[in-house]
Amino acid sequence: MMTDAAFQHFLWIFISALLVNNFVLAYFLGLCPFLGVSGKLETSFRLGLATTFVLIITAICAWILNTYVLPHAPYLRLISFIVVIASVVQFIEMLIKKLSPALFRSLGIFLPLITTNCAILGLAIFATNREYSFAESIIFALGAGGGFTLALLLMAGLREESELSDVPTLIRGTAFNLIIAGILSMAFMGFAGLFSS
Amino acid sequence: MAKTPESVYQEMLKGIWRDNPVFVQVLGMCPMLAVTNSAVNALAMGLATFFVLVGSSLLVSMMRKWIPKQVRISSYIIIIATFVTIIDYTLLALFPKIHKELGAFIPLITANCLILGRQEAFASRNSVRFAVMDAVGMAGGFLFALLALGGVREILGEGALFGVSLFGPNFEPWIIMILPPGGFLTLGLILLFFNWVTEKHKEAQMRLLQPAEERSS
Repeated sequence: MMTDAAFQHFLWIFISALLVNNFVLAYFLGLCPFLGVSGKLETSFRLGLATTFVLIITAICAWILNTYVLPHAPYLRLISFIVVIASVVQFIEMLIKKLSPALFRSLGIFLPLITTNCAILGLAIFATNREYSFAESIIFALGAGGGFTLALLLMAGLREESELSDVPTLIRGTAFNLIIAGILSMAFMGFAGLFSS
Repeated sequence: MAKTPESVYQEMLKGIWRDNPVFVQVLGMCPMLAVTNSAVNALAMGLATFFVLVGSSLLVSMMRKWIPKQVRISSYIIIIATFVTIIDYTLLALFPKIHKELGAFIPLITANCLILGRQEAFASRNSVRFAVMDAVGMAGGFLFALLALGGVREILGEGALFGVSLFGPNFEPWIIMILPPGGFLTLGLILLFFNWVTEKHKEAQMRLLQPAEERSS
């Protein structure tokens, strides 16, 4: 049975990663997929789910590495993280291909690209710097993945709407997306008030 | 095409303006936006990226004949991560204050798609001299973009540049510019400006190509 204080602490980590310190809109992590593949709601949602899954596995691996291996060789931290992330993504790719070819086809190129998503490496480094326990790391990964998916979905929704409206050709493209992202980010800053008390 | 000494400089210059990694190719966005809330941070991040990009381009280009094709991406990433570890520990030892301010974003240089992109697209196919020149140009362009963004955000957000106050005590700072939304908005506006300049340039060229009588009608 979890105590009240422990539950509140976990809730705080989750909400903080999901809204207040949203990975995309407050820390600028995972911007490449955020700007690159947020054209359609459907693909955005799938990519969000796959990324969340990789985030959780990475959080577990990073915790194992931090607890058992890295105290002996702290300078190997970065190299071991990046190797673990690359192999986890490769492994998941093979697993999904074997178990569900349909899902594999629908994810397509996005799966291998998750390796170079800085949100994954960022999560491992943040969890290390804050010295999260095993349970805390998993909650943190869930919140971060949820936040990433949420930002991606919001962005995709706005972009689908903007396709129908009359935007000057000069501003179309990345400049337009960045300005939308800026306004979204401003809206998310409002959540900072959640924890002021 | 024979590569003359001039084309080595061409290789370097293209990264700074025509193929600028940030304004034209839109690569390496994460560190770009995250650390540009002041010009000093932008300069430190730019120099760290410069070191990592030039170092790994040199090494990748030297070893390009020995790296098997199947494992090349992993090899590049390990080389990049090694250089990032070096700069991480160097900054920690020499400038602990800057290291603390940049925080997790120094290790995150590893995941900067600009660096991996240059290894895959250029350093793995060209001789050492060209690879290093290309890396210097690209990293220079990245540094230029970081400084432009960091400078604008610090001037508007704090009324200062490199920590030196510009407008005196009466200036009301736009706090929003040094917060996350300011990063998105400033970069969006700079890109818009770049689009506009390119568009004007194209129009001017079109006008030159058209015959005189068509122009007057």
